[in-house]
Amino acid sequence: MTNEAATIGLTHGASEDTGLGQRGPESKSIVVPYGFWLFVLSDMVLFSALFATYATLVHATDGGPTTNQLFDRNLVAVETIALLVSSFTCGLAMIAAKRANMTWAQVWLLVTGLLGAVFLFIELYEFAIMIGEGAGPQRSAFLSAFFTLVGCHGAHVTAGLLWIGTMMAQLWAKGFQPHIIRRLLCLSVFWHALDIIWVAIFTIVYLIGTLP
Amino acid sequence: MTEPEAEHMNVAPGEPHDSLLSESLSYVIGLGLALLLTAVSFWVASTSVLWGPGVATGLVVLAIAQMGVHLVFFLHITSGPDNTNNVLALAFGVLIVFLVMIGTIWIMSHMNANMAPTPEMTNLHLQRG
Repeated sequence: MTNEAATIGLTHGASEDTGLGQRGPESKSIVVPYGFWLFVLSDMVLFSALFATYATLVHATDGGPTTNQLFDRNLVAVETIALLVSSFTCGLAMIAAKRANMTWAQVWLLVTGLLGAVFLFIELYEFAIMIGEGAGPQRSAFLSAFFTLVGCHGAHVTAGLLWIGTMMAQLWAKGFQPHIIRRLLCLSVFWHALDIIWVAIFTIVYLIGTLP
Repeated sequence: MTEPEAEHMNVAPGEPHDSLLSESLSYVIGLGLALLLTAVSFWVASTSVLWGPGVATGLVVLAIAQMGVHLVFFLHITSGPDNTNNVLALAFGVLIVFLVMIGTIWIMSHMNANMAPTPEMTNLHLQRG
């Protein structure tokens, strides 16, 4: 029985490391962020479906406003820089958290959250102006796809802001415990992923949409 | 008893300091590259110097480059052996993303070209009314 198992590679001598799981599962600090990375990637697959929908419907304006008439590049530039710098400060917060520096971790998380709030505020301002002009999601298939895609990203940013606030409170109350660090790491992966999706949005929706 | 502790105390402040610098540097380089690529994207989109029909493709290439910068410098997805699982998961995700996007855009543009209504078709409704 033992020989049989050995021939199909299920058991090994103690000195062998075949990479077949002999050492047992990785520690939680590896497994949890990896699982969260898988979630983030599946989230990107979700967004790819929304991008495909948008690309299909972008010219289906039903005689209504087109991309060139609606989008303001200056607003988008400010949004982009706010989100990019917030991604950077999120990294600085992680550096501070790794070294158990409470003050700087909290400061950088706060800056990250504020920049995220600036981004969200500008996006909602843009949405409000568009809806006020009669270019709401019910106007045309193009606008339905636009509000679904960009709104879904905005919803993610909103969830990220709530998460940042939660993590600041947990960090303050519980300190730098391993499970708090793990959650912070997942938060930073989530926040960087949002910025990656925004790169695709500002390029495909706003820049290509406003080409002369 | 005190000797290992002292040794540990010697290592602890020094090691984070070194990696603090390189780690911060990674984020600074990432931010710089991302800002540069963003600026180039906005410039490419607004200039009239470049060949018009190629601009959209160029913008997509710049966006993919910026996503790569984010992955390497912010998410620390590298080619190191400790990163194999992350890279494989990313590769699978990228495969699905490209299949969904390119497949949809390809098929739907062809269907759109074949199904585009002619003027007679759109007037049919009016003629009946």
